[in-house]
Amino acid sequence: MNAFNKLLTGAALGLALAVTSTSAMAETPPNMLVIANRIDDITTLDPAESFEFAGSDVSRNVYQKLVNFDPLDLDAGYQPDVAESWDVSEDGKSITFKIREGLTFHSGNSVTAEDVQFSLRRAIILNKTPAFILTQFGFTPENVEQTIVADGNTLTITTDKPYATSFVLNCLTATIGGIVDKKTVMEHDKDGDLGNEWLKTNTAGSGAYSLVSWKPNESVTLQSNPDFYLGAPAMERVVVRHVQESASQRLLLERGDIDVARNLNPEDVAGVSSVAGVKISDELKGRLMYVSLNQKHPELSKPQVRQAFKYLIDYEGMRDSFLKGQYTIHQNFLPQTYLGASDENPFSFNVEKAKALLDEAGVSGLEIEVGVREAQERIEIAQSMQNALGQVGITMNITVGTAKQILARYRARELDVYLGAWGPDYPDPQTNAGTFAYNPDNSDAANATGLLAWRNSWDTGGLTEKTDAAVVENDTVKRADMYKEIQAEFRETSPFVVMFQQIEQSALRENVTDFSTGQAITSASYWQVTK
Amino acid sequence: MALAERPSEGRRSAPLIHWIKSILKTLGTIAITMLGLLFVTFIIGRVMPIDPVLAIVGERASQSTYDAVYQQLGLDKPLLVQFGYYLWDVLHGDFGNSLLNARPVSEDIARVFPATLELATLGVMIGIFLGVPLGVIAAVKRGSWIDQIARVVALVGYSMPIFWLGLMGLLVFYGILGWVGGPGRLDIFYEDIVPTRTGLILVDSAIAQDWDVFRNALSHIVLPAALLGYYSLAYISRMTRSFMLEQLSAEYVITARVKGLSERQVIWRHAFKNIRVQLITVIALSYANLLEGSVLTEIIFSWPGIGSYITTALLSADMNAVLGGTVVVGLIFICLNIFSDLLYRFFDPRSK
Repeated sequence: MNAFNKLLTGAALGLALAVTSTSAMAETPPNMLVIANRIDDITTLDPAESFEFAGSDVSRNVYQKLVNFDPLDLDAGYQPDVAESWDVSEDGKSITFKIREGLTFHSGNSVTAEDVQFSLRRAIILNKTPAFILTQFGFTPENVEQTIVADGNTLTITTDKPYATSFVLNCLTATIGGIVDKKTVMEHDKDGDLGNEWLKTNTAGSGAYSLVSWKPNESVTLQSNPDFYLGAPAMERVVVRHVQESASQRLLLERGDIDVARNLNPEDVAGVSSVAGVKISDELKGRLMYVSLNQKHPELSKPQVRQAFKYLIDYEGMRDSFLKGQYTIHQNFLPQTYLGASDENPFSFNVEKAKALLDEAGVSGLEIEVGVREAQERIEIAQSMQNALGQVGITMNITVGTAKQILARYRARELDVYLGAWGPDYPDPQTNAGTFAYNPDNSDAANATGLLAWRNSWDTGGLTEKTDAAVVENDTVKRADMYKEIQAEFRETSPFVVMFQQIEQSALRENVTDFSTGQAITSASYWQVTK
Repeated sequence: MALAERPSEGRRSAPLIHWIKSILKTLGTIAITMLGLLFVTFIIGRVMPIDPVLAIVGERASQSTYDAVYQQLGLDKPLLVQFGYYLWDVLHGDFGNSLLNARPVSEDIARVFPATLELATLGVMIGIFLGVPLGVIAAVKRGSWIDQIARVVALVGYSMPIFWLGLMGLLVFYGILGWVGGPGRLDIFYEDIVPTRTGLILVDSAIAQDWDVFRNALSHIVLPAALLGYYSLAYISRMTRSFMLEQLSAEYVITARVKGLSERQVIWRHAFKNIRVQLITVIALSYANLLEGSVLTEIIFSWPGIGSYITTALLSADMNAVLGGTVVVGLIFICLNIFSDLLYRFFDPRSK
């Protein structure tokens, strides 16, 4: 054997020894939570700007808000957080929050009413994408000095109308309601940007965790805050790793290298559910899958045709096949777990009934176009619909395109039919009622592209007024009933066929308890997790 | 005398002028290539049906927010003006910030490129160390069982989808046998332990003499590198075989054998020596392909490399990131070309 051969043999042996010595089954440390998730949607960590799922997860754990949800009891609704208590003025326009004493930011600075004032004013002045969640109450960059005012240990916000308190407080639980450390942020102010550029990649919060690092498309690492007012989190370190592939997430979980896998496809969920030491957790999320009919179309605007379409969806067939475990049947615009949500699902696949309705409307030989964004599940739903519509003599041509192509046409009211998804922006019923059932001006000139009802050229009749009435109803029970009533009418008369609500299936190691992805109303929370 | 000396001075300065001309020509070629590459990528980025504004603000943003970002990105200006601004910044070493994560693109590339470089280098080394001998042996033992095996190995390498092979590799060597590390460059517990000097974890951990981290990094890289190495091997071994067959049938080989040289000398000192230049091209091409980043391999192994970086950026209309990545990939090709040229000159005196 010459020297070269010896070298090669030695290297090969060394490599084999080095590699195979790691063969033992791994397990994450007891004080560390490792999550595999797709986090490539994070574009910013600034709570005034963040509007993506993975970014909201970070924000939920790093920033406190005036009011917040308890991850161990999400059904209880908003609870005191930085605000210890609050009072509503007699005219219903002002809410005064008493700020909790003794809270500190990760920097060591105290959390004060001035920080809260700064955070909310800042979000409105910056006017980033999610700013509408706050500006819908009449706050503007020009009036924030009068409408959001700190005074000693209290903060008062004054809205332009006497909105339902539940509406205002629900909105304050959104990511944009995160309280930032004024002193730290302003140290990084650049050209009057209120620290926006710095906060995109850094944090200045007082939540249960502080940010150690964010490596885009790679990982987010959080460190526990031992001074968190609800107690130091059991998980001292949380690492969220970007793992794109479902199969890779599954292998990591089975090997014990991660504690939670959040993006398993139905096949991998089924496969991993029988693995010892792994459990599956289902949580309803806010995303709804729907089909809508453009009311400019002479045939699609007939009430019988709108009704017929609701009988031409194979709800159960899809739920039990390619959507299995990922979606549940839901025919209302408020997702389950929302205030005012309804569990009435009166429509089922019924070709005969649809035929009768179409005959009554005098519709035959109809040819229409549906616009679908290039996502597998949406295309499959479109194909299922195409097949069902074919049975009643309707030809549906499927146009698949990118988000820009399809959305541009949808917003321009050009599509006959749109098949897509909608997720709520904040945890209050107004978020969906205000877009599905609200359309004060149906004219083209109104250009209200943000409203789904407008995009479908649908004059909602009395539902717009009813929606307006619901947002100012202060009796929460009455308010919930109002939304149920709106939805009952919506189901029957609207050109929207709401079909499914998303279920998030997470696979967890068996020793992980109290993990919550936040259901439909909020984001993932880690401080309550134990192992 | 003076007249007699002039030609001699001219002869002395001629190589220098030639050398300077050669360098200027190379630099000119690089500049034109890079400019063309940037221009084409820039135009493609602007005409493809993804809206960079929508990608940033989301579909629910108000028109005023949309307009503000539209102007902020300079999209209201003519295309050539936009390209001019971009080129000016690039010439000043500023690739801009990623539109999506707000970080400087240069920082992002400095983070993801070493991951690809480490993986590709190990991959191509596997390809060279196994592919070249396999190709040579297959050529020497033409038609034998070794040749058949080499052919099957190459065929499988060419035809097997990398996605499937990667998942199977993970399942067997990580999931079942537990011989190698899982997806990612390191186990969570080893991350951020050794200081980043080069971004190549194997190198950084060796510099820090942290052998636990080194071993862990090795256990993570070995499978994706072997996978890429296999594809590289398939290509290199087939090409080596083909080059060797051509040489082995040449008359000088017969002469060498007639002279009584040993078979080893004939193969390695004569025939192989003459295929080195061609092999350099093959290897450089193979290495350049790996350095572009293998998107599928990076996705399966959660390897934060430049391939998935550019792809994600492209799908998200993050054109600053796409252009920055394109410049890097373009530079890689150019550098490898220049390096190949230099090696040609070293191995083949005729090219001097």
